[in-house]
Amino acid sequence: MSAYTLSVSPDFSPEHLSGWFIFNTWLQRQLETSLHLELYDDFDSQRRDIQLDKIDLIYANPFDAAMLVREKGFKAVVRPSNTSDETIIAVPKASLFKSIDDLTEGTIIATTHDPDVHMMGMIMIEPADLDSSNVVIVPAHSYVIVAKRLLNGQADIGFFLKEAFLDLSDLIRSQMRVLVESQIGVIHHTLLAGPGIQHLIPTISERLLAMQNEPKGRAVLDSMQISGWIRMNQEDTEFMIDLIDTLID
Amino acid sequence: MLITYHDSTSREVEIIDQEVPYPDGKLIVSRTTPSGVITHANQAFIDMSGYSLHELIGMNHSILRHPDMPAKAFKDLWDTIQSGRKWHGYVKNLRKDGAYYWVKATVIPNIRNGELMGYTSVRRKPSRSKVDSCTELYATMHPGRQI
Ligand SMILES: Cc1cc2nc3c(=O)[nH]c(=O)nc-3n(C[C@H](O)[C@H](O)[C@H](O)COP(=O)(O)O)c2cc1C
Repeated sequence: MSAYTLSVSPDFSPEHLSGWFIFNTWLQRQLETSLHLELYDDFDSQRRDIQLDKIDLIYANPFDAAMLVREKGFKAVVRPSNTSDETIIAVPKASLFKSIDDLTEGTIIATTHDPDVHMMGMIMIEPADLDSSNVVIVPAHSYVIVAKRLLNGQADIGFFLKEAFLDLSDLIRSQMRVLVESQIGVIHHTLLAGPGIQHLIPTISERLLAMQNEPKGRAVLDSMQISGWIRMNQEDTEFMIDLIDTLID
Repeated sequence: MLITYHDSTSREVEIIDQEVPYPDGKLIVSRTTPSGVITHANQAFIDMSGYSLHELIGMNHSILRHPDMPAKAFKDLWDTIQSGRKWHGYVKNLRKDGAYYWVKATVIPNIRNGELMGYTSVRRKPSRSKVDSCTELYATMHPGRQI
C-alpha cells in the first residue's frame, strides 16, 4: 500500500488545523490507502517540499494553486462552497486613518508571507499612490502577530486573510478597525491533486461531494469550518489562475 | 455626441461630465472571445457600467468607449494582447447613463494547450494622481471628439 501526503497552505489558525487532522483520517478510510498529513509553519518550507514532489494532495491558497497547476501538473478537484478568499486591511481602533486615501508615504505595514493576501493588500493601497517602493513592510509569521504589531504601535496598518481576522479573539479584534475589505468572490483556496494521485481524482471528488449529505462527513466538515465542497473543473481553475495573473505586475 | 470607432462606424451617445467613484476593494472582471465579444461579466462590471448582464453579453467592450479616450490607447491594447502579452493601462469608461468612471485595467490572453481561447480583463481602483496625469496626457492625444 503506497502512502500519500496531504498538506494544507500554512495560512490557517490552529483551530482550523485540528479539523484537517480529522479530515485526513476520514479521507484515509474513504480511499482505503494511507495518507499522511504534513503541516508547515511557513510558506517557504512547504514550497521546497512541493518542488521536491513530496506532496500529493494539497489545500492550496490561490496564488500557490497557480504555480502548482501551471508548473507542477496539479489538477484542481474541489473548492469549499462557503468561502472565497478576501483580504482585510485593519488599523488600530484609535488610528487617524479613516480611509485608504488617508495613507501616506512611509506607512508601516504588518503582513504575513501569505502571497495572495499580501498581493491583494498591496493592490488595495495603490489608490493612495503607495507601492513597495514607498512603504515599510514588517513581515510576520502569523495573523496573530500582525494584530500584535498593530496593537503595539509597531505598524500603521495590517493585512489579514478575512477568515483569519474573524478567527482572532474578540478582545483583539475589538481593538482594531477595518479600513477596507476586498469583495472579489472568485478567488479561493482549492484542493489540488498532484500527478502521483490523479488516478484517484474520481473517487476523491465523489466522496468529497457526498460528505455533506451524511452525518460523519458533516461532522468532519464542521470541524474544518467548511460547509461543503464544489467541484472545480479545469476551466474554473484556469480562469482563477488567469485572474491572479492579471494582478501580478 | 458622436463616437467614432476604429472601423469608422459611429454611434450617438449622451455624455455627462460626472465621475462615479470606483468602489474600494472591488475588481471588475470580464472575459471575451478572441475577437473581443464579451462572454462573462461580474456584478461589479454591471454595477459600474450601468448595463445589465443581458445587455453586455455578446457586445464588444467598445460599448464602454469614452470619447475622451485616444484611439491610440486601444491600438496599443490590441497590439499587445494579440502578440500574446499582458497589457496595463488607465481607461476612462463611459457608463450607460453618460457619466464616467476611471479604472486601472489589465488584459491578458487566455492560453489553453497553447491555443488562444480569449481574453480576460480585470480592473481595479486607480490612484487620483494617475487619473490626473492620464487626463492631461489623453487630452493631447487627439481624442475621439476632435476627429
Ligand atoms: C478583454 C478586453 C477588455 C476591454 N476593456 C475595455 C474597456 O474597459 N473600455 C474600453 O473602452 N475598451 C475596452 N476594450 C477595447 C475595446 O475592445 C475597443 O477596442 C475600444 O473600446 C475602442 O473601440 P474601437 O477599437 O472599436 O475603436 C477591451 C478589449 C478587450 C479585449
